[in-house]
Amino acid sequence: MPPVEARSPNTQALQGISAKGLRVDRGGRAIVRGVDFDLRAGEALLVLGRNGAGKSTLLRALAGFLPLREGEVQLDGGAEETSLAEQAHYVGHADGLKAALTALENLQFWARMLKCASATALSPEGALEQVGLARLGDFPVGYLSAGQKRRVALARLFVAPRPIWLLDEPATALDVGSQQKFAEAMAAHRAGGGFILAATHAPLGLVGAKELRLDARRARDVGGAA
Amino acid sequence: MLKYANPTNFLALAARLIPWLAGAAALALAVGLYLTFFVAPDDYQQGASVKIMYLHVPAAWLGMMCYMVMTSAALGTLVWRHPLADAAQKAAAPLGAAFTLVCLVTGSMWGKPMWGTWWVWDARLTSVLVLFLIYLGLIGLWQTIEEPAQAARAAAILTLVGVVNIPIIKFSVDWWNTLHQSASVFRLGGPTIAPSMLWPLLIMALGFTLLFFALHLMAIRNEILSRRLRRLSITAAAAEDPEVAGEAAL
Amino acid sequence: MSSPLLALFGRELRIARSVGGGGAMGVVFFLILVSLTPFAIGPDLNLLSRIGPAILWIAALLSTLLGLDRLFQADADDGSLDLFVMSSTPLELVVLTKCAAHWTLTALPLIAAAPLLGLTLGMEPAALAGVAASLLAGTPALTLLGAIGAGLTAGLRRGGLLMAVLILPLTTPVLIFGVASASAASGGTVPFHTPFLILCGLSLMAVAGAPFAAAAALRAREA
Repeated sequence: MPPVEARSPNTQALQGISAKGLRVDRGGRAIVRGVDFDLRAGEALLVLGRNGAGKSTLLRALAGFLPLREGEVQLDGGAEETSLAEQAHYVGHADGLKAALTALENLQFWARMLKCASATALSPEGALEQVGLARLGDFPVGYLSAGQKRRVALARLFVAPRPIWLLDEPATALDVGSQQKFAEAMAAHRAGGGFILAATHAPLGLVGAKELRLDARRARDVGGAA
Repeated sequence: MLKYANPTNFLALAARLIPWLAGAAALALAVGLYLTFFVAPDDYQQGASVKIMYLHVPAAWLGMMCYMVMTSAALGTLVWRHPLADAAQKAAAPLGAAFTLVCLVTGSMWGKPMWGTWWVWDARLTSVLVLFLIYLGLIGLWQTIEEPAQAARAAAILTLVGVVNIPIIKFSVDWWNTLHQSASVFRLGGPTIAPSMLWPLLIMALGFTLLFFALHLMAIRNEILSRRLRRLSITAAAAEDPEVAGEAAL
Repeated sequence: MSSPLLALFGRELRIARSVGGGGAMGVVFFLILVSLTPFAIGPDLNLLSRIGPAILWIAALLSTLLGLDRLFQADADDGSLDLFVMSSTPLELVVLTKCAAHWTLTALPLIAAAPLLGLTLGMEPAALAGVAASLLAGTPALTLLGAIGAGLTAGLRRGGLLMAVLILPLTTPVLIFGVASASAASGGTVPFHTPFLILCGLSLMAVAGAPFAAAAALRAREA
């Protein structure tokens, strides 16, 4: 993967994200509670905590899959009338790829589905190049290894640039070289004024990231109050 | 014989045989069709409709013979676990379905003027329809299971279960009182069909059989090649380099 | 259709083609259901031709619904559904597009096969045309109603039969007016267009309403 040139997200740039008092319930129980954070353009937030502390839940709520029970997220700047979810990419445990289609077909689909007019969008071919899979574009995704699939999923981040990246254990199954390249891509995204919110156990190589530590026990203790 | 069980040797043999088989099939079908339309007499009861029989009967024979070929291949899969048997099984199913469909459609076209209906639910017609459905089920099974060896074993089991239908088709006209006429060629005491109709029929049957073997060999060859392609693709994808496939092939 | 929805439609068709036989299996199931009926009620062609429209409609109903339980399951499993929820394209339109693709792949072959199967039941040409026309008008409603069930059971491990139990009762109006218009085509006291227009109305209502219900069901999977 060649060094990534700094690219800016949408020009009506998003300046900041601030969250206050977020609470997310699952099964009638507060999984995440009292979460505050404040990010400016180019900043990253590492969501840390043990298994079950609610890292994935928090990210899924920010992506709009789960309702916020309390608290609110405010966006500073950015496109009018668009929610955080519409300005965000979510990379979760599942890759969102169809095994029967080739890597390129999968990316072409997401490029059109997530329609992005941004001038900084890479072509699907370019995005595969970016993750070092240019030569496997015509192979069905079913033939690829777990790490390769994850890299195709990450290539989605480049075909439709969006300012916010919500990453849930993005480095899963990536080898050391690919982790290194992805760290460079994240640095470039931040240099262009992007935001990164990542839940992770593994170090992602995010320099100077803010940390948000979720505590499973605290959430459980107060959860009954709901 | 065992020598040709090796896929590479088989491919060489198939490449030599296919042109001859295809040529012979074309010749036999051309002669058969000529005899059918210009030499064989019209039936005194059925008129020109009897000519449908020259397509219908060979198609029915082939539909069943193909199932027997598939059954032997299924035994090869289950007993010797031989990949060539897998390929032979898979290649036979669409061919059998096609011959059976020709049999059903031509029979239906013959039935409308003769019986006054496109279809009756009698034992012969129904058991052939069941044969057609079994073929379709097998094709579906092959398409659904991605791993070839696993698909082959599953299909082999289904094939062996379905073979009970073949004697039912053969003897349905004798066991049950049906509208469909009984056998007039292969029967004890010799054929009851006039020689002027028997010869065109036998030549058509020969043509159909040669056609089947030519198509079957071609389909097996395609299957072997597509499996190789799949295996090489997976190797190459693991190495993240399409050229590995080329090297692995050498 | 805008570009994202066209892309989705194309993807659905391409997946069906490469996996092979999703739609084809629906037709085979239809064929088997129809050919089982004469075994159950006897080979009397007069009887079969009289109840032919009903046989074809029930077979069409079952094969449409049983193929639908996977409509959202694959997308839910591989995470595509999450990305649909996030995208700026309304989820309702995504549902409608997936239904359109599914209908094209499964219902259209079934409608084409229905007159052929009608021949084996000894039905008259007018009745065959009536069945094909009523299926064409009524199957969109079946697909869309099924989509609601598919949405409700998308996250569940064993949703298949549950989905049919949820949705089959809702399909009764479609079945009633479908069989009524198919039968009216081959004579009878009711003019063909009366039940047929009601059937078209049911499909239009399903197009207008079902995507909202299915999308709501998909959004509610987690909360």
